[in-house]
Amino acid sequence: MQPVLRTEHVTMRFGGVMAVGDLNIELFPHEIVAIIGPNGAGKTTAFNLITGVYVPTEGKVFFAPGGEGGKLVDITGKKADAITRMGMARTFQNIRLFKSQTVYENILIGQHLHVKAGLFASVSGIARKEEQEMRRRADELLELLGLSRVRDELCTSLPYGLQRRLEIARALATNPTLLLLDEPAAGMNPQETVELTAFIHDVKEQFNLTVLMIEHHMDLVMDISDRIYVLDFGQTIAAGTPAEIQNNDRVIEAYLGGNTDA
Amino acid sequence: MKNEIKGAREKREFVLSVISLLLMAALVAMAQFDLLPIVGKYEKQVLNLCAIYTILGLSMNLVNGFTGLFSLGQAGFMAIGAYTTSLLIMAPETKDRVFYLEPIHPFVGALQAPFWVALLLSGLLAAVVAFFIGFPVLRLRGDYLAIATLGFAEIIRIIFLNTQTVTNGSMGIKAIPPTANLFWCFGAAALMVLFMLRLIHSTYGRAFKAIRDDEIAAEAMGINLFRHKMYAFILSAFMAGVGGGLMASVVSAITPNLFRFTLAYDILLIVVLGGMGSITGTVVAAFVITIAKEWLRWLDAGFTAGPLKVPEIPGLRMVVFSVLLMCIILFYRQGFFGSKEFSWKGLAALPKNLGIKIRRLFSRDKKEAA
Repeated sequence: MQPVLRTEHVTMRFGGVMAVGDLNIELFPHEIVAIIGPNGAGKTTAFNLITGVYVPTEGKVFFAPGGEGGKLVDITGKKADAITRMGMARTFQNIRLFKSQTVYENILIGQHLHVKAGLFASVSGIARKEEQEMRRRADELLELLGLSRVRDELCTSLPYGLQRRLEIARALATNPTLLLLDEPAAGMNPQETVELTAFIHDVKEQFNLTVLMIEHHMDLVMDISDRIYVLDFGQTIAAGTPAEIQNNDRVIEAYLGGNTDA
Repeated sequence: MKNEIKGAREKREFVLSVISLLLMAALVAMAQFDLLPIVGKYEKQVLNLCAIYTILGLSMNLVNGFTGLFSLGQAGFMAIGAYTTSLLIMAPETKDRVFYLEPIHPFVGALQAPFWVALLLSGLLAAVVAFFIGFPVLRLRGDYLAIATLGFAEIIRIIFLNTQTVTNGSMGIKAIPPTANLFWCFGAAALMVLFMLRLIHSTYGRAFKAIRDDEIAAEAMGINLFRHKMYAFILSAFMAGVGGGLMASVVSAITPNLFRFTLAYDILLIVVLGGMGSITGTVVAAFVITIAKEWLRWLDAGFTAGPLKVPEIPGLRMVVFSVLLMCIILFYRQGFFGSKEFSWKGLAALPKNLGIKIRRLFSRDKKEAA
């Protein structure tokens, strides 16, 4: 099977510090893949390299814009917004919603990248159909993800768990084939984490996605990941299925004492 | 059932809006035709300036308030608009008379256009210049953007100061036809308000606000930051250009020094006082500040307050605005309206909300006293 994402020898140096070294990951359609590792292992840097926030010092990133069966395209050095338009959406470790906007407006903004009408067509109302279609889709999405109840609330007034959910919803509004989640369960209690696990699984099925996520909650990771990459000091120290990772000596060593709940 | 009630309310509000707009239009018309006893020639002039400052305020609010770009280049774009309009609406003979030191460039001297074409060209020319300035400056952020735009505005002024055969240099242009009346100024302001309302509620307006709220997230949502910043910057320049053109016709004499960078602060005061990101706020603040600026002229003339004798100090009234600006920034940063807009619903709820606010104020005082 052809991968939808591949990094080849991706390396990132900040001055003398190598944040990520020789990262080679591959994602196949409909997989949920996790990147784990101790703090400062370079996980978020890896995300930023894939999504175009950083340009790698060395190496290349390939992505299949059409999703499954699409041809891999070199996206190294492309800007973040261009990569999102190709079908790769992300969330952030520290929630980054559009603070002055309602839940509904956040979703609408997520759809802006697909707008065909020019500014004047949009302002004059010539493109009213497109706007209506956007609004309809936003409502549909909110309904589907269980956010209709809070549709017109200011996004910052939502409880933490719902804000995380909204951020995922907003990413889905861009109509991605690959979804990157940066610590979706950060700051959540066990109950919320269980709900989130189910949510991610559902979303993946419903939207026909491939998911790459960074996560610290081992229960969640072991539960829904098909494969796992383990980073430590920027190096990939292990890769494999959850069962393989749990029994890997180097991983246990990196996590100090083998307690996988760390 | 619920929808029916909502529909009825919307209908009622629409009727209310139409009636109040017609009423305002009628008032403007009566003022223009001298049917209002309190509006004389001087008051008309002040009202013209109110409308023009509304346009300028909207222009700055679009970039600073809605898109979150700290740009202070308004004066430069106004200058472009003012000179374009002036040179297009003056008769060739008048121009020859005004350019007495060094004759006007024959091509510019022969140019002439109706007022509305002149205004449109003023806006377009300012927009074109903004497009080219935008390439270097819109890559900057925060304070750096402010400094760069301020710098470009000064460059425009200096160029106008030195292109003697086109702008008459430091002597400026006099005898600009006073074509701009209340209809023109209020008409243009109304159009701009309408445009802004439509823009802000369009998908592009939402993208602007997304950039303001969080650039990194906006980019991750596939919004091309540079292109959208450019849209906002160009539209803002267009408005400033039109505002400048109207102003030239209203004040009838312009020099490059009228468009010093301090002008940007006058507009900034309006935007901050009204509320960054509120169209209603800009409109209200433009009227309040422009009228207050005229009304406070007695401060400049010198006055006696009991034993205190204040001599004639030109510019003393501007101190009032400086103090006002400081107070807003220190104690009331959201301005009159914050990012809220006028609505009939809000107006209906105003007495109730004010009551709650005042009661809260008093109950707090009591607590502090106890």
